[in-house]
Amino acid sequence: MKSYFSNIKSNFKLKHYINYIAVGVALVLLTVFYYSGILKRSSADLITQMGFSIILAVSLNLVVGFLGELSLGHAGFMCVGAYIGAYLTNAISSAIPSKILVLIIAVIVGGLSASVFGFIVGLPALRLKGDYLAIVTLAFGEIVRNICKNLPFFGGALGLSTTPYGPSMFIPTFIILLIMLAVVQNLVRSKHGRAITAIRDNEIAAKSMGINVTYYKLFVFVISAFFAGVAGVIYGGFTTPILYSFFSYNYSIEILVMVVLGGMGSIGGSIISATVLTYINFVLQTKLSGDLAALKYLFYAIILIALVIYRNAPSLKKYREKFNLSNLINMIIKKFSKKEREEVGTVEWDRVPTKISTDEILSADFTVTNYKPDKPDKPDKSERP
Amino acid sequence: MSTIIDGLSLGAIYALIALGYTMVYGIAKMLNFAHGDIIMVGAYALYSTLLLGQSPVVSVLAIIISIVACVVLGVVVERFAYRPLRGATPLAVLITAIGVSYMLQSIAQLIFKAKSRPVSFSIPGTTFGIHNSTILTLVVGTVVMVALTLFVNYTKTGRAMVAVSEDRAAAELMGINSNFIISLTFAIGSALAACAAIFYLMQIPLVNPTFGAMPGIKAFTAAVIGGIGSIPGAMIGGVLLGVVEKICLSIPAIAPYTTAIEFSCLIVILLVKPTGLLGRKRREKV
Amino acid sequence: MNDVEYVLQTENLGISFGGLKAVQDVNLKIKKKEIYGLIGPNGAGKTTVFNMLTGVYLPTTGKFFLNGENLVGLEQEQINRKGIARTFQNIRLFNNMTVIQNVMVGLHNLNEYKANPFASMLRLPCHFEAERKMRERAKELLDIFGLKADRNNLACNLPYGKQRKLEIARALATNPTLLLLDEPAAGMNPQETAELMETIKFVRDKFDMTILLIEHDMSLVSGICDNITVLNFGVTLAHGKVDEVLNNPEVVKAYLGD
Repeated sequence: MKSYFSNIKSNFKLKHYINYIAVGVALVLLTVFYYSGILKRSSADLITQMGFSIILAVSLNLVVGFLGELSLGHAGFMCVGAYIGAYLTNAISSAIPSKILVLIIAVIVGGLSASVFGFIVGLPALRLKGDYLAIVTLAFGEIVRNICKNLPFFGGALGLSTTPYGPSMFIPTFIILLIMLAVVQNLVRSKHGRAITAIRDNEIAAKSMGINVTYYKLFVFVISAFFAGVAGVIYGGFTTPILYSFFSYNYSIEILVMVVLGGMGSIGGSIISATVLTYINFVLQTKLSGDLAALKYLFYAIILIALVIYRNAPSLKKYREKFNLSNLINMIIKKFSKKEREEVGTVEWDRVPTKISTDEILSADFTVTNYKPDKPDKPDKSERP
Repeated sequence: MSTIIDGLSLGAIYALIALGYTMVYGIAKMLNFAHGDIIMVGAYALYSTLLLGQSPVVSVLAIIISIVACVVLGVVVERFAYRPLRGATPLAVLITAIGVSYMLQSIAQLIFKAKSRPVSFSIPGTTFGIHNSTILTLVVGTVVMVALTLFVNYTKTGRAMVAVSEDRAAAELMGINSNFIISLTFAIGSALAACAAIFYLMQIPLVNPTFGAMPGIKAFTAAVIGGIGSIPGAMIGGVLLGVVEKICLSIPAIAPYTTAIEFSCLIVILLVKPTGLLGRKRREKV
Repeated sequence: MNDVEYVLQTENLGISFGGLKAVQDVNLKIKKKEIYGLIGPNGAGKTTVFNMLTGVYLPTTGKFFLNGENLVGLEQEQINRKGIARTFQNIRLFNNMTVIQNVMVGLHNLNEYKANPFASMLRLPCHFEAERKMRERAKELLDIFGLKADRNNLACNLPYGKQRKLEIARALATNPTLLLLDEPAAGMNPQETAELMETIKFVRDKFDMTILLIEHDMSLVSGICDNITVLNFGVTLAHGKVDEVLNNPEVVKAYLGD
């Protein structure tokens, strides 16, 4: 036992825990505010939204940023979780008095059923890459939505009305968020995380190192879908009715945008961008009504285009180097701290690999696995007893 | 029988849109997610012109304006949103295209509001029990596709397009202006989208800001089924999807699940043939 | 049964693509601790042989045995776990990972570093134990190749020669019985090649390793190989002791033309 703690201690690095600390502090502060009445109901809803957006973004990041496969069907997993979670809640909430218990059961069952679908989507991922996989995941999301819309016990086009779990949904949301962060970060910073990033970086080399690519691809899809399903259960917990139209591929893309803006392979980045984008969405939604709501998307689109062009255009490289955020931060830090800072550029052994060559995600030019040589000759039985 | 004909004509529409996706993918190596919204712009252009009145002259004018609007839009979008990202990572381009898609939809909503507007633009009457509009769609669609195939295979510019799609750097060394070729591709793709918009309006006479989203995504699916980057593949994929859709819709029991069935077709085909029906295999050298 | 005297034995190994026979009837017999060379002009099918031996391609004809066990039909990762590790002609490192992480990926499947994903997620003691041991083992391996100082750099930032070395270190990390090196000296200057020869010999002695290598650099081949096989157009042209084979008129003709 002692050695266990010394292990933790020797591996302790503050920056690994910064995400937990940030989320934990936010949870404590918000709870205090909520019960002292400073936090309004609408703000509590906003915070819940932020919570499940973060869950969605981080879980999608696992697939896109770490495994290196582009998925456009994340909303589909969320849809499965939302419908099944809500249906289950409606069914059992009369039998089980404790709302917390109902929520826990719904979260587990919703997550598991989404992860079954994650497994199913993971199967094509074994054969397909890049754009082809992207369109398959997109198609999957639409299939799920189409089926949920038409199943009679899911309420059809009118949606499925839900039973709320309680007034302050954000507390369980943040607790789930903390659990998810622990799971994802621990996974990523382990031998399994290394295997997953190895597959992303070079699948053929990973295979030649004995990494079971099939297993890890399915594993990542299942874990990612599980948490998307959990996010769906949370969504169902404070929205009524659940409408199939919410889970369109546009929403999957919104989650993808969060991941990309936050930085693929960066969990902290996903948290920040999911929070900020949800907030912007919320503010614009409340300020603009009716058809003016389109202004929100216009604004969103312009920011997105400008940011992506600025960050990626080859011709703007000079400006990027000049006005680099991390340079800026370094400059500020240098100003305030007299001490010579360590040379930037050295990284620790357990650094999570964040940089990712997006080309590999999207280039479907090659297919490795489907290339088959001619069929082997039938073994001659007389030759070898 | 009429179901099949309907399917073929819907398939022709999908094929026209899918051609835009597949040509842009083949030549600029990018997924133009905003292609569906160009259809929507074409439809609104038609709608706006038809407000002038109901006469054959206005109708012809409407068609021309619709095509011109789409071509200009396609070229402008390429010039200002995609060209700066030439050489950047494909994911960045994809996200920009998504941004353009959002932008076009929201501008349309600001101008025309979210509610659906009726557009009456079709040829009345039937021949052999089939709607004239359907026949027209089939005929024009086939002609356009044949013309496009001839253009790509037998003209200098068409061959330049093929060269750019094979290897842009090498094509530039051979004196081909790849920027021009890419602009041209967007122009052709957008013109086809405008045609598709007109024919689609004949079937569904309502236009709203998300008018292009569904046919766009279905055509994209069709392009992938056929093997993205392959022109005949896009045609086959489009027609296949159109026929499947109409057949499903004609059977009441499975009609609500049409979308699911169509997308399942995609998944099944890709699982059997991972590069689509006519897509080329490229092997990574070990 | 096959003689277990040989670490690797191939029997009429061959493959054809679309009717074209790329490689046919390759019969290799490699003894323990031997350094065996596979040479031949470009396009002779040397890398194809490697690809068959590592499960990238399924051979059309023939079999191959590692320590008497037929491995035809196994997946790449299974063959690796049976004990064949390889490097690649065009270097395939995990570029966005650090040098030490690259080697630790190689250690992934070894029994002494077991920790299942759930143990890692829950940070059970076995996770820390495995991580610590893997880190130490990786450092040892890197030390052998003089890469210990670079261990925290990204693999893509290493100079070319060190990338080649890292690939060998990574392959060794999987604890193979047979190491396949695909043109290890490609792109190296004579001095680096000389160093590499020493390293390969050292690896053979230190790990009791059997090594099969493809190489164009004849100084390296004649310097370290015990036996060689010459392939030309997918057919075995000659095999045997280095000096004899290199003086074989057929071989000279294949390389220099008539």
